[in-house]
Amino acid sequence: MIVRSMSALIERDLRLAIRHGGESLMPLIFLFSVIILIPLGVGPGPNLLAAIAPGMIWVAALLASLLALENLFRPDLDDGTLEQWWIGDCPAGALVVARLFSHWLITAVPVIVFAPLAAQMLYLPAEALGVLVLSLLLGTPILSLVGGLAAALTLGTNRGSVLLSILVFPLIVPVLIFATGAVSAAADGLSARAHLGLLGALLILAITLVPLATSAALRLNIE
Amino acid sequence: MIWKTIKVNFHRLGSPPTFYRLAQVLAPWLWAGFAVCAAIGLYQALYVVPPDYQQSDSFRILYIHVPAAWQAMAGYVVMAILAVIALVWRIRTVEIMAMAGAPIGAAFTFICLATGSLWGRPMWGTWWAWDARLTSMLVLLFIYLGIMGLYAAFEDRRKGARVACILILVGIVNIPIIHFSVEWWTTLHQGATIRLFSGESTMHESMMPPLIWMTIAVKLMFGAALLDRSRNDLLDQDRRKGWVQARLGESA
Repeated sequence: MIVRSMSALIERDLRLAIRHGGESLMPLIFLFSVIILIPLGVGPGPNLLAAIAPGMIWVAALLASLLALENLFRPDLDDGTLEQWWIGDCPAGALVVARLFSHWLITAVPVIVFAPLAAQMLYLPAEALGVLVLSLLLGTPILSLVGGLAAALTLGTNRGSVLLSILVFPLIVPVLIFATGAVSAAADGLSARAHLGLLGALLILAITLVPLATSAALRLNIE
Repeated sequence: MIWKTIKVNFHRLGSPPTFYRLAQVLAPWLWAGFAVCAAIGLYQALYVVPPDYQQSDSFRILYIHVPAAWQAMAGYVVMAILAVIALVWRIRTVEIMAMAGAPIGAAFTFICLATGSLWGRPMWGTWWAWDARLTSMLVLLFIYLGIMGLYAAFEDRRKGARVACILILVGIVNIPIIHFSVEWWTTLHQGATIRLFSGESTMHESMMPPLIWMTIAVKLMFGAALLDRSRNDLLDQDRRKGWVQARLGESA
C-alpha cells in the first residue's frame, strides 16, 4: 500500500519532469555552464583548475538542487493535492520521502552521471573520480532532504526564494566541507575514508530526522 | 498543595496579560543587575587585571568576546527549549519568547565575530580565517538570520512563529559543532582554556573574576532584553484586544 502510493508519486513526478523537457535539463546545463565559465574566469592553468574542481562541481550540484526547490511543494499546495496527502490512507511522511526522492532523481542523478566528465574538463586526477562520484552519491541526498525542509518551511510565505537559499546554506556547510575534503584527499593520494565516513553518518542522520521536520512544517503550512 | 499552586501560577503565565505584567515587573530588576555586574566586571577588566605577558593590553577584549560567544550559544539553547515547549503545548507567549530571542542571539553572535576579528588582527595577523570555530560561528549567525527572516515572512504571525520553531530545532545541530570544533579539528582558534566541570582551567586565576562578572551581566541582559522584546511583540500583536487597550488607557 505505502510502497504503491510512493512509487505512483515518483512515477508521476518523473513523467512530469520528462514531459517538461527543458526543465529537467536545467541541472546539466547548470553544471556545464559553471564548468565552462570557471576556466575562462580564473584562467586555464591545469594545477589551479584541478585544485578547485571538487569545490566547483559540488557548488554546481548544490545550486542545481536549489533551482528546483521553489516548485517542490507549491503546485501541490495551490491545487489542494497536498491536503489530500494528510487525508489519504498512505502516511504523509512516506509521500514526503517519495517526493524528495524524485527531486533527487531529477536534479542530482544527471549531475552525478556527468560529474566525471566535468571533472576531467577541470583536470581532476583520475584517481579521485571514484571518490568524487561516491561523495556525490552520499552527499546529494542530503541536499535534497535539507532543501525539501527549507521548501516546506517557506511554503506559507510569498517571498520564498530568497529565504530558501538563506535557510539551506548554513545547514549544508558540513556536507560541502566533508565532500570536497574527501575528493581533495583522494586527488592528493591520501585516504578519503574518514571524510566519506562522516558524510555517510550525516546522510543517515538526515534521512532519519529531516523527513519528520519536513512533514511537521508542511502540516503547519496547510493548517 | 504547594505543587498545585506552582502549577496553577505557571499556567497563568500562558495568559498574555499575566505574562505582560510579570515581564514588566521583572525586566527592570534584570537590567539593574546587568548594570551592576557589568560595571564591576568592566572596572576589574580594564583597571584591576594585570596586562598579559604576551598580549599586553589587547587580551582585555576577551571580557566582551567570550561572554558574548557563550551567550550566543546559550541563547540558542534557551530558544530551542522554548521552541519545544511552544510546539508541544502550543502556548502563545512561549512562541513569542522563542522568536524574541533570535535578534538578541544574532546580536551576540555578531559581537563575538566582530570582537574576535579585532582581536585576531594583532594576534594572528588576520581579520578572518576559515577555521572550524569561526566558520561554525558564522553559520550560527546565518541560522539566527534565517529564523528572523522566516518569522517575518509570514502574514499569520502565529504560524510564522511555529514554523520558525521547527527551524530552531533543526539548527541546534550546529551548537555541539561550535562547542567541540576546537577539539575535533586543528584550528587557529585556541582550544578551551576555561573548564567548569573537568580538570583545571589553563587561564591564570587573576584573570577570572571579571570574566565571571561579565558572564553574569550578559546573561541578565539577555533575560531582560528577551522579556522586553516579547512584551513589545505581544503588545503589537494584541493591539486591538481589550486587555491592551485597558492597559494602555490606564497608563496614558
